[in-house]
Amino acid sequence: MGDELGFLAHEPGDAVAVAVRDVEPGTAALAVLGADGRREIAVAEPIPLGHKVALVDLAEGAEVVEYGQPIGVTRKAIAAGEHVHVHNLRSTKWQTQR
Amino acid sequence: MANAALTGYRRADGRVGIRNHVVVLAVDDLSNAAVEGIARLVPGLLPIPHAYGRLQFGEDLELTFRTLIGTGANPNVAAAVVVGIEPAWTDRVADGIEKTGKPVVRLSIERHGDLDTIAEGARQGAKLLQDASEIHRVPVERHEVMMSIKCGESDTTSGLGACPTTSEAVDRTVAANGTVLFGETTELTGGEHLIAARCVDDDVRAKFQGFFDDYMATVVAAGVDLLGSQPTQGNIRGGLTTIEEKAMGNIAKTGSVPVVDALAPACAPTRPGLNFMDTSSAAAECVTLMAAAGAVIHLFPTGQGNIIGHPIEPVIKITANPLTASTMAEHIDLDVSGLLRQDYNLTEAGDRLMDLVDRTINGRLTAAESIGHREFVITKLYRSA
Repeated sequence: MGDELGFLAHEPGDAVAVAVRDVEPGTAALAVLGADGRREIAVAEPIPLGHKVALVDLAEGAEVVEYGQPIGVTRKAIAAGEHVHVHNLRSTKWQTQR
Repeated sequence: MANAALTGYRRADGRVGIRNHVVVLAVDDLSNAAVEGIARLVPGLLPIPHAYGRLQFGEDLELTFRTLIGTGANPNVAAAVVVGIEPAWTDRVADGIEKTGKPVVRLSIERHGDLDTIAEGARQGAKLLQDASEIHRVPVERHEVMMSIKCGESDTTSGLGACPTTSEAVDRTVAANGTVLFGETTELTGGEHLIAARCVDDDVRAKFQGFFDDYMATVVAAGVDLLGSQPTQGNIRGGLTTIEEKAMGNIAKTGSVPVVDALAPACAPTRPGLNFMDTSSAAAECVTLMAAAGAVIHLFPTGQGNIIGHPIEPVIKITANPLTASTMAEHIDLDVSGLLRQDYNLTEAGDRLMDLVDRTINGRLTAAESIGHREFVITKLYRSA
C-alpha cells in the first residue's frame, strides 16, 4: 500500500481511529485530522472502510474516546490494532442496548 | 475566495427565494388526486400531495397547518393553488400563505367534485405560472438566503469529511450574518451537553434542554429501546457503533458558532445565526419542517447514501465516502472523499462546497432536483381523532 493513508483520528488523544480504506492486517499509516505528520500503527485484523481500530489497549468496561469525547464503554478488553465496533463497544445511553 | 454575485427572487414580503415554483398544495390526503390532476394538465405546476390533514386536533393539527402554510409561504414559491376537501381548513391554509402577498388560488372540492376542481385549478394555475415566468432574478445578499442542514445515512466518513465540510459553510454563512437551521433532536443524544454549552444565554439553553428532555420522555414513555433504531442498520454497516458517536458526527456539521435560538417545529427563526429546531431525525420530516420555517437551500451530508430531495427546497448532498460517491453518483452533488486521502484540507473542501452553494443559489439544479426527488412528509405528533 506504500504511503497510502490507512486511518484518520479526530483528535490527538483519541483511543480509536477510522479506516479511510479497507485495511488489511499489518502496518498502516495513521494521521490526525487537520494536523501534519503520520505514524505507523500495527493492525491486527481487517478493518473495513469507515470502521474503527483501537489505538491503545482498552480494559473491559473502559470509556472509549473519539472526537475528544466519550462515545461508549468496552464490552470486553480490546488490544491496540483490533477492530472496534458493536461486538466490543456499547453505548452508555439506554443500558438496554444488547 | 471571492464572493460570487448571488441572485434570487425577492418576494412581496421581502424574503429571498432561489427557485420560482408555482405549487399545487393539498390541504388533506383526499385532495391529492385533484392536486395531481391539475399538475398533469399544466405540467409546469409543482404538485405537493401528502398523507394527512384530516381529523387532526390540538398541537398536531397546529403543526400541520404551520407546515402547509410555511411551505406555501416559503420564498422559493412564487404562487400557490391550495386544494382541500372543504372550505374552512382550505381557507385557513390559503389565508396564511396569502399574508406573504403572493398570489393564492383556493379551491375546495365539496359541491364541485374532483373534475370541475381540476379544470378550475388548471385554468387558474396556468395563469399563475405565466405571471411567475415574468418574475426575474435580482442581486441578493448571502445573509438573505436562509440555509438548513441535516445529515442522513451517516457513517464515520460523515464525521471525518462531509460534516466538517458542511461546518465550513455554516461558519461562513453565519459570518455573513446569515441564518442556518439545524435540528435532529434525538440524534444529539450523547452530545446534547455540547449544544447546550453553545447556546447564547440561559433562556435559549432552557428552551433547547426542554425540547431535548421532552423527546427523551416521549421515547421512554413509549417503552421502546430507541437503540433498536439508533444507530440505524445503515449507520452500523458504515462503521458507526453508538448513538454518542453518531451525535459527535452530527454535531461536527454545525460549525463553531453559538446557537442563537431554539425553535418549535416549523417556526420561522427571528434571529440571524445558527438556530436549533426541534425535529425528528428522519430526513424527509426534518427537511419538510425546515423548508416550512423558510429555509431555501439545504446542505445534506451523507455517508452510506441518503437519496432525499424536497419539492421546493433544493437539497445539496455531500459525501466523503468514496464507495457512495462512485456507486450512487446520480444522488451526490459534492464528493469530498479526497479529505480522507488528505488530497486537500477542510478549507479547500469548504471552498468547493461554497462554490456549489453559490451556483445552486443562482439556479444550478441539485442532483435530487434533476432526477425528481420531492419528498414532502408532515411530522405527525400523535394519532388523529
